[in-house]
Amino acid sequence: MLFESFYILILAGFVGFEVIKRVTPTLHTPLMSATNAISGISLVGSLVAAGSDHFVSQMLGLVAVTAATINVVGGFMITERMLKMFKRKKRKQQ
Amino acid sequence: MINYPLEITYIIASVLFIMGLKGLGHPESARRGMHYAEIGMLMAVIGTLLGQSIVTWQWILIGLVIGSAIGTAMAIFMPMTAMPQRIAISHAFGALAAVLVGINEFIVKGSEITSGLMGALGFEVLFGSLTVTGSLMAFGKLQGVLRSAPMTYKGQNFVNIFLFFVTVGMFVYLVFFPQNTLVFGLMIALSFLIGIFIVMPIGGADMPVVLSLMNSYAGLAAAATGFAIDNKVLIIAGSLDGSSGFILSIIMSKAMNRSFANVLFGAVGTAQVDTSTLHEDRPITKINVEDAKFILEQADRVVIVPGYGMAVAQAQHAVRELSDELEKRGTKVEYAIHPVAGRMPGHMNVLLAEANVSYDQLQEMEVINPTMDTVDVAIVIGANDVVNPAARTDKGSPIYGMPIIDVDKARTVIVMKRSMATGFAGIENPLFYQENTKMLFGDAKNVLQQLIAEFKKN
Repeated sequence: MLFESFYILILAGFVGFEVIKRVTPTLHTPLMSATNAISGISLVGSLVAAGSDHFVSQMLGLVAVTAATINVVGGFMITERMLKMFKRKKRKQQ
Repeated sequence: MINYPLEITYIIASVLFIMGLKGLGHPESARRGMHYAEIGMLMAVIGTLLGQSIVTWQWILIGLVIGSAIGTAMAIFMPMTAMPQRIAISHAFGALAAVLVGINEFIVKGSEITSGLMGALGFEVLFGSLTVTGSLMAFGKLQGVLRSAPMTYKGQNFVNIFLFFVTVGMFVYLVFFPQNTLVFGLMIALSFLIGIFIVMPIGGADMPVVLSLMNSYAGLAAAATGFAIDNKVLIIAGSLDGSSGFILSIIMSKAMNRSFANVLFGAVGTAQVDTSTLHEDRPITKINVEDAKFILEQADRVVIVPGYGMAVAQAQHAVRELSDELEKRGTKVEYAIHPVAGRMPGHMNVLLAEANVSYDQLQEMEVINPTMDTVDVAIVIGANDVVNPAARTDKGSPIYGMPIIDVDKARTVIVMKRSMATGFAGIENPLFYQENTKMLFGDAKNVLQQLIAEFKKN
């Protein structure tokens, strides 16, 4: 099971490397905020902790869910806000 | 037993994340890409809520509501100029979630923790904790709560390396004796300390590297979480985040001609640079806005090189207005962006995009440099070290070898600058003493507005 996970880690890292290498430098800030929003996927683990029947887990989970949700919701919204600004101007001469 | 619907949901979510990042290859496809990633996230969350064993709902709802409220507020009300801080603190939130999930796993599993699980948990809390405090330190420095200058003391590197080895030692011990709560707690505490200590000696201009590194660590912490709770979508999303941070760190380090180790342990910009031998006695050429207007009027091709000074002066809108005036007269205007200009990767691009500069006018250093000798006027606004020709010519210079924007090869260079003060690296810039360089002193925004007024006069 652990080894299976290693396969996934290595392959996903490789795909990530190849895809992100092609990201235009103009969008490096949106890239950071987008990957940050995506890594807010720890929300998935946090939800399970917050929804368990163990009080300590619930409390740890509550804080974790809050932190991860800030990242997911805020991260995607701010990425979109930034991307909206990247426009191409229509010029008369061209 | 495998929960097939849940696993399939996670697979689709993972594919959507990758497609989302692929969209960032071009500004045209970027927003559609983000929609893919958002759908992926929504699927993963709903899938988890329906497919995993959830017994209590109130804490989940409270967390989701508070988190969404704070996240939305930050996204809507935060000014674009605060983006570096925002990026820094978001790494802290992501890593905090990973650390807490790790601690929870440690408590819940208790005596069932195997060496393998401890390996994953250890990585998770180690990377997570140092990212939390490291990012908070970076946030403090960028926000101005903390002094942004490097904080150094004697024996700093020794202390950091010592702490690092002690922590790694504890981690190794835990893999063999996974039930030791005291060592687990101590390891987390030390990781928090390491995060503070590694960012402490790093100054403002090195922030792009720190932010990239924290981006990477936050991703690794998330991936380790995936190992610990056996969740594949976490591993994939974490690896994507990790590789983005890794690639950005490489690009940033290269653009500064420094290794990771040098950025983390170097604390460049402090007293070790001997500037006495580099002192220049040659005269500089000062001009005023009327002269600048006269020079710009003659130009067919103008390249603007922004730096952190433009961000500080909030001059991006004035810059765009000036280029509008020039374009009205038929001048071709482009922007040359150095990879480490500003405080985070892509900082200048975001500011200029906010000011409605068309993204196809934003050029990379490698694209603009070969054509620099056909540029009539290069305007340097609040940049210094990234246009210092000493990086090309002076082997004794601390920045020798760093790739720069070759503005010195343009026919005329106008440097807008507050004073003759040196840049972050603390070294003289021979560019300012060149015959074709004209110095236009003053606050960037103020000077630009005067210049625009000058153009509007006729």
